[in-house]
Amino acid sequence: MDFKTFVFYILSAIMVFAALRVITARNPVHAALFLVLSFFTAGGIWLLLAAEFLAIVLVMVYVGAVMVLFLFVVMMLDINIDRLREGFWSYLPVGALIGVLLVVEMTLVLGGRYFGLEAMPEPPAVQAGYSNTRELGRLLYTDYVYPFELASLLLLVAMVVAVTLTLRKRKGVRYLNPSEQVSVKRGDRVELVSMPAEKE
Amino acid sequence: MEAMLEPVAQFFGPVWPAVWTLAKIVAIIAPLMIGVAYLTLAERKVIGYMQVRIGPNRVGPMGLLQPIADGMKLLFKEIIVPSGASKGLFILGPILAIAPSLAAWAVVPFDDGMVLANVNAGLLFLLAITSMEVYGVIIAGWASNSKYPFLGSMRAAAQMVSYEVAMGFALICVLMISASLNLTDIVNSQGEGRFHEMGLSVFSWNWVPLFPMFVVFLISGIAETNRAPFDVVEGESEVVAGHMVEYSGMTFALFFLAEYANMFLVSTMTSVLFLGGWLSPVGGIPDGFHWLALKTAFILFLFLWARATFPRFRYDHIMRLGWKVFIPITLVWVIVVAVWMMSPLSIWK
Repeated sequence: MDFKTFVFYILSAIMVFAALRVITARNPVHAALFLVLSFFTAGGIWLLLAAEFLAIVLVMVYVGAVMVLFLFVVMMLDINIDRLREGFWSYLPVGALIGVLLVVEMTLVLGGRYFGLEAMPEPPAVQAGYSNTRELGRLLYTDYVYPFELASLLLLVAMVVAVTLTLRKRKGVRYLNPSEQVSVKRGDRVELVSMPAEKE
Repeated sequence: MEAMLEPVAQFFGPVWPAVWTLAKIVAIIAPLMIGVAYLTLAERKVIGYMQVRIGPNRVGPMGLLQPIADGMKLLFKEIIVPSGASKGLFILGPILAIAPSLAAWAVVPFDDGMVLANVNAGLLFLLAITSMEVYGVIIAGWASNSKYPFLGSMRAAAQMVSYEVAMGFALICVLMISASLNLTDIVNSQGEGRFHEMGLSVFSWNWVPLFPMFVVFLISGIAETNRAPFDVVEGESEVVAGHMVEYSGMTFALFFLAEYANMFLVSTMTSVLFLGGWLSPVGGIPDGFHWLALKTAFILFLFLWARATFPRFRYDHIMRLGWKVFIPITLVWVIVVAVWMMSPLSIWK
């Protein structure tokens, strides 16, 4: 077993453990933190595949942004774990069905001979000056430019929709407008008057 | 150097690469920690003089032993874990706060070829690692099981995520014009061009063509490190000390160290990305590490200067500055730079 395989097994063990803890941890904040750990180790496994761009972007987007906001929400909710467990038996059939479906799908992919190791030969070893980031960028902006732009447009639409959902006009709300506050001059607030001194 | 190390390498045999890397790590972290300790003294002195005071001058000559005394005091204090706290996470918080700010130094180049890990995606690595800094604050705030730390960590989460976006766009401009994610290449690409040939390298650095991005990056850097005037995370008048309220002794000191190590990191990153790293400002003078140190010290002084000058921003103003001012500016400037690079007026050909 060479060093790379050794590292792979260590990372995989951590990842499987963290993923299991995500669904078994009683405290939702702990579960979210274990999800962070499993994302991070997944990034490590991608690094082993010399896909440094994907690995770092995974950490940057999921660990650095998505999970922070996720934690933000989970921490603010006062989740009562016992009440969540009340409906366990009624949800079990649906959950079991989805679980079985997942297992079937994964066996099809992993066990099928069209997806096996012999169908996917090992990629040629990378040269010294090879940059995964440069290759990805080149492909995304030349061969796959239309699908890529289409996907980004879809995301933009989703973003606009999400913002629109939060917009609502309420009447009678007083709020401060920072632009107005910042642009205030002395003359707007202070009036200098000249008045003669009062005598007794 | 190689010949000198040969007998040592033979002594260690196959574990030599690990030992050598460890030695390099110590060579980076030890001066950094001393720098952090004396940055706290420099801060108190600089702010002291700006407020017409003397600052600490009792411990040692001119107060030079003050950071050591502070460190000893914190080291010997008891660590109190609040009874309602989530114990494991309470201890993990400060560790997660300081770990990213030390790990990020792996890719920072100090001189041509003087870098621990000369990776291709160095800039991305920096961005990913610095985006993890917020976890220490969030976990500490939640695990303390107390109101003010919780409010502080809520503020931290929102603030740090917002300013990361603007920072990321500023970095996109840098990598566009240097056509590389490798920090050594980014520095070397700044030592070229018309001004460099005239002997005025200072104008060929990235801060001239990317001046708006330079300013945005610097201000976002201050916000990312939760320094004044963006220190609402620990705003004393509102949330006492934010996420650090329940921490004492060395756990508190770790937050403190992390904050100052982050200041060092942001200053060094600004110097490397916008101020030409180790390159000398005028022709004819040798380049070297001392230039990087000088530039970093200057940016650090700006941090302290800003703290002594500006009052704390109100929270909604911070959010407005991040989302409604910086992100539009950076978006526009990304397009401007892209068009500039493709036009005949491009200076990066």
